[in-house]
Amino acid sequence: MDYFKTDLKGVHEALVKKDLSVEELTQETFATIKDRDQKIDAFLALNEEKAVKKAQAIDARGVNQDNVLDGIPVGIKDNIVTKGLTTTAASKMLYNFNPIYNATVMDKLDEAGMITVGKLNMDEFAMGSSTETSTFKKTKNAWDQTKVPGGSSGGSAAAVASGQVLAALGSDTGGSIRQPAAFNGIVGVKPTYGRVSRFGLIAFASSMDQIGPLTRNVYDNALMLNAISGHDSRDFTSSAKEVPDFTQGIDQGVKGMRIAVPKEYFSEGVDADIQAAVKDAIKTFEKLGATVDEVSLPYSKYGVPVYYIIASSEASSNLQRFDGIRYGFRADDVKNLEDVYVKSRSEGFGDEVKRRIMLGTFSLSAGTYDAFFKKAAQVRTLICRDFENVFANYDLIIGPTTPTTAYGLGERIDDPVTMYMNDILTIPVNLAGLPGMSLPAGFSHKMPIGLQLIAPRFREDTMYKAGFAFEQATDFHKAFPVIGGQN
Amino acid sequence: MNFETTIGLEVHIELKTNSKAYSPAPVVYGAEPNTNTNVIDWGYPGVLPQVNKGALEFGMRAALALNCEIRKDIHFDRKNYFYPDNPKAYQITQSDTPIAHDGWLEIELEDGTKKKIGIEEMHVEEDAGKNTHNPDGYSYVDLNRQGTPLIEIVSKPDIASPDEAYAYLTRLRQIIQFTGVSDVKMEEGSMRADVNISVRPVGSDKFGTKTEMKNLNSFEHVKKGLEYEAKRQAKVLMAGGKVQQETRRFDVPTGTTILMRVKEGASDYRYFPEPDLPPIHISDDWIQEVKASIPEMPDVRRKRYVNEWGIPEYDAGVLTQTKEMSDFYEATVAAGADAKLAANWLMGEVSAYLNANKVELAKTALTPAHLATMIQLIEDETISSKIAKKVFKEIITNDTEPKAWVEAKGMVQLSDPVKLQPIIDEVLDNNEQSIIDFKNGKDRAVGFLVGAIMKQTRGKANPKVVNKLLMASLNAR
Repeated sequence: MDYFKTDLKGVHEALVKKDLSVEELTQETFATIKDRDQKIDAFLALNEEKAVKKAQAIDARGVNQDNVLDGIPVGIKDNIVTKGLTTTAASKMLYNFNPIYNATVMDKLDEAGMITVGKLNMDEFAMGSSTETSTFKKTKNAWDQTKVPGGSSGGSAAAVASGQVLAALGSDTGGSIRQPAAFNGIVGVKPTYGRVSRFGLIAFASSMDQIGPLTRNVYDNALMLNAISGHDSRDFTSSAKEVPDFTQGIDQGVKGMRIAVPKEYFSEGVDADIQAAVKDAIKTFEKLGATVDEVSLPYSKYGVPVYYIIASSEASSNLQRFDGIRYGFRADDVKNLEDVYVKSRSEGFGDEVKRRIMLGTFSLSAGTYDAFFKKAAQVRTLICRDFENVFANYDLIIGPTTPTTAYGLGERIDDPVTMYMNDILTIPVNLAGLPGMSLPAGFSHKMPIGLQLIAPRFREDTMYKAGFAFEQATDFHKAFPVIGGQN
Repeated sequence: MNFETTIGLEVHIELKTNSKAYSPAPVVYGAEPNTNTNVIDWGYPGVLPQVNKGALEFGMRAALALNCEIRKDIHFDRKNYFYPDNPKAYQITQSDTPIAHDGWLEIELEDGTKKKIGIEEMHVEEDAGKNTHNPDGYSYVDLNRQGTPLIEIVSKPDIASPDEAYAYLTRLRQIIQFTGVSDVKMEEGSMRADVNISVRPVGSDKFGTKTEMKNLNSFEHVKKGLEYEAKRQAKVLMAGGKVQQETRRFDVPTGTTILMRVKEGASDYRYFPEPDLPPIHISDDWIQEVKASIPEMPDVRRKRYVNEWGIPEYDAGVLTQTKEMSDFYEATVAAGADAKLAANWLMGEVSAYLNANKVELAKTALTPAHLATMIQLIEDETISSKIAKKVFKEIITNDTEPKAWVEAKGMVQLSDPVKLQPIIDEVLDNNEQSIIDFKNGKDRAVGFLVGAIMKQTRGKANPKVVNKLLMASLNAR
């Protein structure tokens, strides 16, 4: 089964027709991973034994022909808690953490019959934009293994883009699904805040974190979001709103759709090739019957500083539980309680995590709270209002996902500010809790370009319709990389 | 120079909800360490808090009973600090928007006058676990208590003496106990008090510098600690010194307070709004619903005892001092006992027994039904009050049904004249001399004859009936 040449429905039909068994599919998937991942380094842990057992069990009971996801392998970002399968958040702090419970999304995927093949690399605690802050390994871009896969869901994006799995879960706090999806030429969706339960997602910034799917095309993505969405009594920030079937009416087209393009998303920091690709995309949408107008999101320029203050503040509190007492890494040679805390945390966390803990602790401190955290929270409200104003008259916002395509491994790791600015186009979406998608919209110097779609809260359906229409009208999603070769 | 004292009290009370404030783990006192915990209590990676609506309602119930205003829009805040008994390294509390504010309760001063003490605010938060330091060199963490819902009640600076502080705590415990939201037991830690105190020259418009004492575990210690501290501070000021802002500890053996640490600026807990829990709106309907769930308060009961049951004011006050006693009293009356007799027994023999044995009413074998039956047996003269003491001892130590027991033991009083007359006649026949003495006006003879009759009946004869029959027989001879 060549994942470059099929999709979820294709694999499902093959399973239903018994062209291959779930066990064969699972074995083949592991064979592909063992081959290609030598070049990509996307997986941190494989779940082979249990995966094969589950596949056999599904074969024994028969594949459910009404459930496209039944028996299909899936990869999971390593900050999603998986019972009995090591979950590290790519940190030394949790190098040995073997969870005794499942994240809600894992229960949902289990229920849908999906087979977890392994855990995917990421930036440590999802802090980073290149997956280079992982303690364990450097994942490579599927299109060019000298380049970063993006981050923080770099392992998830690279695994899907390199054809190791058809679908993966990632998490997106400031662009961590959309940016690596753009860098790897696949589809990544950050759902509306509250659409998917966060129970079992190792928290980075609680008010922005959201789990979402990465897939090779828009329809597959809608199928995956169907499976993981919904209210969860264990997450009080999850929404009780009814979840529609996102594949329903996905092919209705964009005729009459009112699309807005924020002029701030074409600042000089955005590569010319990317600007050109987005302008082509605008023409495509117009050709398909949508109207496209330029709008303004005046406060979006404050997005990056606001985000780094709020996200780091929440993170500084969320990451305090990693104290060396109850689980995970504990430093040796400790003499007293303070030693346990200071040494375990000093040795267990990497530089980027420490940087953000310091930034957040500072922002929340008594003398600086008003000038930093409180001010940032106020500007956040203004950024939300920007979007509300636009969505009063428009159905969808489009723009580039990233200012540049994937850059070289090691190129920016010592320059945090440039790295942070890379998230400038995705961050406002998280601050406002909106759904966002990145999908392939072209290439620049053989590296994929991502187009970003942003919808009003809980209007993922609009986003999927537009994405599907764009995909039908273009060929970008059909391209696939030659792993280890020249593209 | 004369000084006046200002005292502030911060009282933490554990709510006896079924489950914890932010997790579904059960709340049980005294269980094996770490048995009532789950991944949320342990602060596992990825877990999220879940608001226990019951804890909010218990908090509201307590607040309403303390005449507080309920805040309509609340959110939770995180208070950040590292400690092994605090697994998330933050406590979920309400620093910005306490659920209630501006309440009061009334205390009675020694001279009988009443004084209102204001309540600044009340908020709902979670308790921490417990660290114990073992002689084996290890420290142990028990997270059973972690996440138990707490309310913190902060008084206004209206308390002017250690006696008032004592009265405030007594009254607060009584009110909370009657709301049913907590056991309010200092010895089990379900009620804990932090106190602060300052003195200033009479007439000064500025409060003095205050000192704090934390986690005092009895009302008596609170009072004694405050008494010592007021004197100490006054002495420092009289000597021209300055009171330092500091935390002190009440030392039980010496009855003094000892310096623990000087406060150097406030700790920085980096409070910020809890992002894992959305804000909550408290509707008027919800407040009304909670208000309707508040059980009868002690003052109302006291009035009812006086007005409807004819109980003296003082007795009614004693009977409503604790919910346990008051509930027991009501159940005894409901089981058919005369209200006045039931009150006498509870305040007399029962209280004496509890004091002598240092035991709580609930820990004895006594039940309202048994006490009511015994009282009825006395009333209908089935048993004498002398026998009643034996019966009481039996029913408070063993779970014995008094009527059956009295019958089985042959303790039923002999009141039937037909059965008593032959015994009286026999005694008179055998004591000619006593009859002569009686006729000669010697009253002692009657006592001797009654004693003889009692001896003959092994104490079971009804003295009233015996007296009546004996007099008649003597006069007839």
